[in-house]
Amino acid sequence: MIFQFAQLPVLEVVLPLIAAPLCVLLRRGNWAWLLAMAVCWASFIIAIILLTSVDEGQIISYALGGWAPPLGIEYRIDAVNGLVLLIISGIGALVLPYARTSVAEEIPEQHRSLFYTCFLLCFSGLLGVTITGDAFNLFVFLEISSLSTYIMVAMGAARDRRALSASYTYLIMGTVGATFFVIGVGLIYAVTGSLNMVDIAQRLETVGDLRTVRVAYGFLVVGIGLKLAMFPMHLWLPNAYTYAPSVVTAFLASTATKVAVYALLRFMFTVFGLSFSLTIETLTFLFLPLALIAMFAGSTVAIFQVNMKRMLAYSSVAQIGYMLLGVSFANVTGLTATLIHLFNHALMKGALFMALGCVMLRLGDVSIKSMRGLGKRMPWTMAAFVAGGLSLIGVPLTVGFISKWYLIEAALERGWWPVAILVVASSLLAVIYVWRVVEVAYFREPEGGPRRCEAPLSMLVPLWTLVAANLYFGIDAEFTASVAQLAASELLAGVMP
Amino acid sequence: MFQFIASHYNYWIVIFLMMAGFYIVVSRGNLVKKIVGLNIFQVSVFLLYISIGKVAGGTAPILTGKPELFSNPLPHVLILTAIVVGVATTALGLALVVRIREVYGSIEEADIQAANEAMEQEDVKAAQ
Repeated sequence: MIFQFAQLPVLEVVLPLIAAPLCVLLRRGNWAWLLAMAVCWASFIIAIILLTSVDEGQIISYALGGWAPPLGIEYRIDAVNGLVLLIISGIGALVLPYARTSVAEEIPEQHRSLFYTCFLLCFSGLLGVTITGDAFNLFVFLEISSLSTYIMVAMGAARDRRALSASYTYLIMGTVGATFFVIGVGLIYAVTGSLNMVDIAQRLETVGDLRTVRVAYGFLVVGIGLKLAMFPMHLWLPNAYTYAPSVVTAFLASTATKVAVYALLRFMFTVFGLSFSLTIETLTFLFLPLALIAMFAGSTVAIFQVNMKRMLAYSSVAQIGYMLLGVSFANVTGLTATLIHLFNHALMKGALFMALGCVMLRLGDVSIKSMRGLGKRMPWTMAAFVAGGLSLIGVPLTVGFISKWYLIEAALERGWWPVAILVVASSLLAVIYVWRVVEVAYFREPEGGPRRCEAPLSMLVPLWTLVAANLYFGIDAEFTASVAQLAASELLAGVMP
Repeated sequence: MFQFIASHYNYWIVIFLMMAGFYIVVSRGNLVKKIVGLNIFQVSVFLLYISIGKVAGGTAPILTGKPELFSNPLPHVLILTAIVVGVATTALGLALVVRIREVYGSIEEADIQAANEAMEQEDVKAAQ
């Protein structure tokens, strides 16, 4: 048999990795786009197969190159990373059909095949971080995805030169974060002599509460925190998202930070576990306050932005706060809320940034001024934006509501009712910044006359697919809730034999 | 006490390099110098790994057939990978600095920040 199901875990990552250099050889932007699209859809299908084979609590363990773990590199898939794989590959598969027109507008012809190369490298890096069960392998994939991300952000320079300085800042902070991560892994290796996450977890239990382990824990949390734009370390994010090409922003906003959140969950719960001396303290005294500050500070700053992309970027900082808030409850409902919000936030931010990409294509500008009267000029795009915005606020029948519901439930379960009130209060801030756009788009006269200038169908179809997903999973949350619940209980159970 | 300090000299070197590199990244305004600082910071981690892999009395891990004591080769292999990542980061960082120099005419952080802020104020004005 040519097609082997047993090889699917490695194909998930290796297909885009091999296709990336092929894109350089193809040279023509359109051919590279076709190849990238085929590969992303293949990855998406593989991710669906993988998730359906772990959705009852099974675990797929794949020994890379036939070297048995813990010595060899292991790809280990359970419900947690199965879900994250689905998010990344699904968003990739939806962003690519959208990308062709948008990239043709924003990136010069000679760079287009290189753009798709970087896109595929980033895509496979993110998938690799998610799928691997080896701590050092995770670092390598993290850097593959980060390096290609810096390049993609810098490609926004064709439109705005600030993309270059944004990319540079991101490179410095991202590399410091990755180096912190390596220090942490090195210290753990010095103590346990292993790099396999499951093996480390088992050995750490026998090692006891050493100072080296505590230091390693600190380095890992701060390193991953930098990558996921945890509140005081989010400074790279707004500029990088604002000046990157529209396609890149839509893809990164819905995948890159999610993968970092996943890595954090993996290390805090699977590797160190709740029994480790510092875990509960970090969650209660560090993550909880930082998450609350991020929710309010991010949303408040978003209200005052004139650039809509930057507004959504600050809103992302706030949304990452919600994800961390779920983690900080340290119970099954809280982790379920985090994982549901990972999925849901990918859907809503993907849709919102894609809608802005359509505006960018037609008007070449995404400031609040350019949104005037757009409700008449680009009815479909703006309707999608409003739907995404409602989801961001957490209106019932959208996915945002499901996320907030679980968050509040988790807060009440811990007896922290003031936190539940704060979740609702911070949602009101989202009402303000979404309403600003709605008001300008629907109640002001259009700037350039009432002429219709709707985005092409190739961009509207992926956009509306995401909007439909926003509504569908908001009404029928059975799938997300059941997978997230299973994943959360797997994380809290620690290492399974 | 002196014995403790002397017997952990590799860690002192690592910590010194790490802090020196990190300080350069944070304190210098020159974009190239920041990259140099980042390099020193990364190299300190390479040294940390390699010194961890040393086994007292061990030789280079080359199989000769004789029963010998080897140093742990795994950290070396890991660091080879990390060096490649570091080289790629440096190359990309310097390439970005070249492009920044082309469009901003400066590689001082303060100048670039001033130029960006001026552009931002124009954006705010244009949006009103």
